Amino acid sequence: MANPKYREALARYEKHLAEISTQEMVLNMGPQHPSTHGVLRLQLITDGEIVKEVVPHLGYLHRCFDKHAESLNYGKTIPFTDRLDYLASMNNSHAFVMGVERMLGLDSKIPKRVEYIRVLVCELNRIASHLIAIGTYGIDIGATTPFLWCFRDREHIMNMLEWVSGSRMLYNYIWVGGLFYDLPVGFEARCSEFISYFKPKLVELDEILTQNQIFISRTANIGVLPADVAINYGVSGPMLRASGIKWDLRRIDGYSVYPEIDFEIPVGQGAMGSIGDCWDRYKVRVDEVRESVRIIEQCLERLRKDFKRTADFDPRALVPKKVNLKAQDYYVRAENPKGELGFYFVTKEKSDIPLRVKSRGPSFNNLSVISELGKGVLIADLIAILGSIDIVLGEVDR
Amino acid sequence: MTFEEIKSKLVSALGGSIILKEEVTGLQPALFIASEDLLPVCSFLRDTEGLYFDFLSNITAVDYEEHFTIVYHLNSLPYQHTLVLKVELEANRSLDELPEIASITSVWRTADWHEREAFDLMGIYFSGHPDLRRILLPDDWEGHPLRKDYQDAEKYHGININ
Repeated sequence: MANPKYREALARYEKHLAEISTQEMVLNMGPQHPSTHGVLRLQLITDGEIVKEVVPHLGYLHRCFDKHAESLNYGKTIPFTDRLDYLASMNNSHAFVMGVERMLGLDSKIPKRVEYIRVLVCELNRIASHLIAIGTYGIDIGATTPFLWCFRDREHIMNMLEWVSGSRMLYNYIWVGGLFYDLPVGFEARCSEFISYFKPKLVELDEILTQNQIFISRTANIGVLPADVAINYGVSGPMLRASGIKWDLRRIDGYSVYPEIDFEIPVGQGAMGSIGDCWDRYKVRVDEVRESVRIIEQCLERLRKDFKRTADFDPRALVPKKVNLKAQDYYVRAENPKGELGFYFVTKEKSDIPLRVKSRGPSFNNLSVISELGKGVLIADLIAILGSIDIVLGEVDR
Repeated sequence: MTFEEIKSKLVSALGGSIILKEEVTGLQPALFIASEDLLPVCSFLRDTEGLYFDFLSNITAVDYEEHFTIVYHLNSLPYQHTLVLKVELEANRSLDELPEIASITSVWRTADWHEREAFDLMGIYFSGHPDLRRILLPDDWEGHPLRKDYQDAEKYHGININ
């Protein structure tokens, strides 16, 4: 890049840092800071305790997902999607697989049992992801117990999903046209057992954290994100809903079997402060865990009554030997625990390797609002704001 | 609103020449516009009653070898309709003269990081962008890896990387 035009922004940024006033200080938060939830580096321009400007630096975990996807066929890319938001691998592969199936015209032919199993494992994974968000949020602002409780309960989900797929975190379970395997025998019973164990734990969690006065003081009225700003920044998922917008792609797009399932969409009410503050973002996630429990119960019931396991059921029956697509493009989106996950495919004629795959990670877009939210706050509050965004760097950097 | 209604609204407000061509064969129909019309079209789509495309989902730069295409996926939260906008740019492969298009950061702030990513990985210059630095790769990286003619570097800061 010899053309100075393309280095102009970099020079401007360096000049800006060099020209800060004497009472201001540049403070690096990360990339090895525990509260950044991974390798995120925030460069803060501070005046005493006040953050005047936040400059995020990404890319420490860039693993070239887009480039990899261009050189592998669709089936081989699924394990790579697991590594985007590695806390919600099932949801990632579900979105990716849905896109390929729709381009193939397979989506209406998928057996109901397969779809219910997909929704079941995705919702289990959503609970696991939200438990991390809630638990680490607690520890970010000084509460250790909820962190341990959340990880204890999440471990049950990890064990169940390991039983299903053979792997604890990165599953490669949902395949184009079906599943890797049917659910193991006895899974439904164990899952119901977990649900009845988990429900009282949720009440306990509520008592220790949601109504905790210290927690409320640290989060209420902090980092208020107005709805218009959220939309303009492309913020989605629990963060957008906390700002009062009822926008859930499971309901809007009605993909998979979600239209047959009864669940509520929690939105931020501003119960402890203003709508769209950190407490609201936390609360929306807690409520969503409750809704996911409801979805799982309904899935289990349908899987036991209407779409029972039969000896001749083969979840791989529709899995294509080779994905043969005509040249087209398609943008698929799905509601991940963190927001709208999108994949934009551009396919090549008579080839099972795409020309281009672009992943739109929800964390990437949700994080971009940090420079807006972080203006003029205390350094300690910035930790609270960052934790409430709930980012996964695997997805920010891809 | 359907694709046809959105199109006719766009044509009646900004003139018939605004749409270069349309692509209706695929699963998601797309409108092609000229790069100099991008900003007025985007502002119109966001602010017009009945359209209100307030949510930009995604910006993708695609290297088709004979040309680059920038794809915008727009969404309207109140009306729940979507639109795909495409802009074709000439495939100028010199690293000193990148293909250029107007930045739409002033319309949707989502575009900020998406455009930085397209600049970083595909080498598209977005004129008027407030802070067009590389976002995922280091600032001193050479080349744009998602281009089809990208050659892997042998060394980075004296370290073998191939």
